Amino acid sequence: MLRSAAGAGRLRRAASALLLRSPRLPARELSAPAQLYHKKVVDHYENPGNVGSLDTTSKNVGTGLVGAPACSDVMKLQIQVDEKGKIVDARFKTFGCGSAIAPSSLATEWVKGKTVEEALTIKNTDIAKELCLPPVKLHCSMLAEDAIKAALADYKLKQEPTKGEAEK
Amino acid sequence: MLLRAAWRRAVSAVTAAAGSRPATPSRGLRLRVVDHAPQSAVHSDAAPEAEPVLRPLYMDVQATTPLDPRVLDAMLPYLINFYGNAHSRTHAYGWESEAAMERARQQVASLIGADPREIIFTSGATESNNIAIKELEAAIQPDTSLVSVMTVNNEIGVKQPIAEIGRICSSRKVYFHTDAAQAVGKIPLDVNDMKIDLMSISGHKIYGPKGVGAIYIRRRPRVRVEALQSGGGQERGMRSGTVPTPLVVGLGAACEVAQQEMEYDHERISKLAERLIEKITKSLPDVVMNGDPKHHYPGCINLSFAYVEGESLLMALKDVALSSGSACTSASLEPSYVLRAIGTDEDLAHSSIRFGIGRFTTEEEVDYTAEKCIQHVKRLREMSPLWEMVQDGIDLKSIKWTQH
Repeated sequence: MLRSAAGAGRLRRAASALLLRSPRLPARELSAPAQLYHKKVVDHYENPGNVGSLDTTSKNVGTGLVGAPACSDVMKLQIQVDEKGKIVDARFKTFGCGSAIAPSSLATEWVKGKTVEEALTIKNTDIAKELCLPPVKLHCSMLAEDAIKAALADYKLKQEPTKGEAEK
Repeated sequence: MLLRAAWRRAVSAVTAAAGSRPATPSRGLRLRVVDHAPQSAVHSDAAPEAEPVLRPLYMDVQATTPLDPRVLDAMLPYLINFYGNAHSRTHAYGWESEAAMERARQQVASLIGADPREIIFTSGATESNNIAIKELEAAIQPDTSLVSVMTVNNEIGVKQPIAEIGRICSSRKVYFHTDAAQAVGKIPLDVNDMKIDLMSISGHKIYGPKGVGAIYIRRRPRVRVEALQSGGGQERGMRSGTVPTPLVVGLGAACEVAQQEMEYDHERISKLAERLIEKITKSLPDVVMNGDPKHHYPGCINLSFAYVEGESLLMALKDVALSSGSACTSASLEPSYVLRAIGTDEDLAHSSIRFGIGRFTTEEEVDYTAEKCIQHVKRLREMSPLWEMVQDGIDLKSIKWTQH
């Protein structure tokens, strides 16, 4: 490790200087989670676009709550659908690590503007690929897909009584 | 700060001895590492007037500790000029290394009230633990057993009642081993008062070098040990292999410094720990401290922040080096077994963060860490569906969660 230095005195000086001089490192972005994750995950984590809640009681809002605190992953995803069946707004809240927060945030971005049928086609593999999730964190993207489906299912359930009435 | 001044003095002493200008520590808030023209012949890639580089605050002393400059001072001669093999009997190089090794042995022994002949140098506490347990397997008889207990737990900082355990083991004629890696040099230990038969010591947990440790093996009454590695018979045949003089000198120096500083360090660390806990719990509700607060080493603080997951908090505190008991931070995806063993709820286990306060931790660092922690826990709770449900008065234990 010691670089070229001639003479015992110079060796000693270099050794001390070397040992006390810190290597070049990017400023502050050094904790393991931030370093191991892809930049996209960190972006979603630091600037999540759609954190919040919609009115759960509204007929046009579907709410999906998936996961369990004991598994350290809980996602709540809500969608607001207009009369034409298009998702106009989406919000999320997540209890979980960076690779749980990022997929749920991305999910809310992706469902906006899609119809209910189109949103059903979102797969966890797409989410994981977009965020470059490491293999050990793939299950978090699965949960995000579950959250989308749960929200859509809840919305559909809310529409059923109305359909029944319309058919009468 | 007296301590920072002492650190700076110690650092300057080392570099002044070597002839270069005093170097500023490279860790911290408003300190800069300015890249002066290096002494060596190598050109650095960046321009000399490069932006200041700040490294994270270090709050993870249970994982490892920085070398105390006084330890480095003691080790350097043996890394440069005095490089003899301590077992060479025929020349001055060997004699001076052997003298250094024995001096180090005495330093380690006096820290724990042992005789130097009872200290065997190893590569670390892990090797010492293995020797101790293997010793049991070699000596096992129907009525013999070994009790092995950690002195201070590395995750939650709880102190075990070692003296009491020692008394019980001694009266039942049972061997007593303790892994004192987190305790040596931090709390007073005496192998005779506490009736300890075997003790594991780690260098890099007490501001000494990595790659060295020791095992204490009682001589009276004799505890028989079977060697893990055989070879030239060094260390009384209990651990063959050339003793690494620079490393053991470092370990010895670390022990001596620890003996001098123990009381002062303990008081200072206790104050800083109180400060951190008070700041955090004053500003945040639903914070749980894991571990018995009465029998607790102050420098290891394990807090669970309800409704916020541990790894997400670590990610937020990216300029502070910390550790968590959450499953997401472990390679095995299992949460901390220690927290599980003390009966912590699983969701709180996933929300735990360990703060380590050590000899060189400053009040500024503690304040900064506390502030950032409070700020980010509040932000993450705003993002947490669990916090929202609790605010709405829902009992989380009544919910049927989906499994996945």
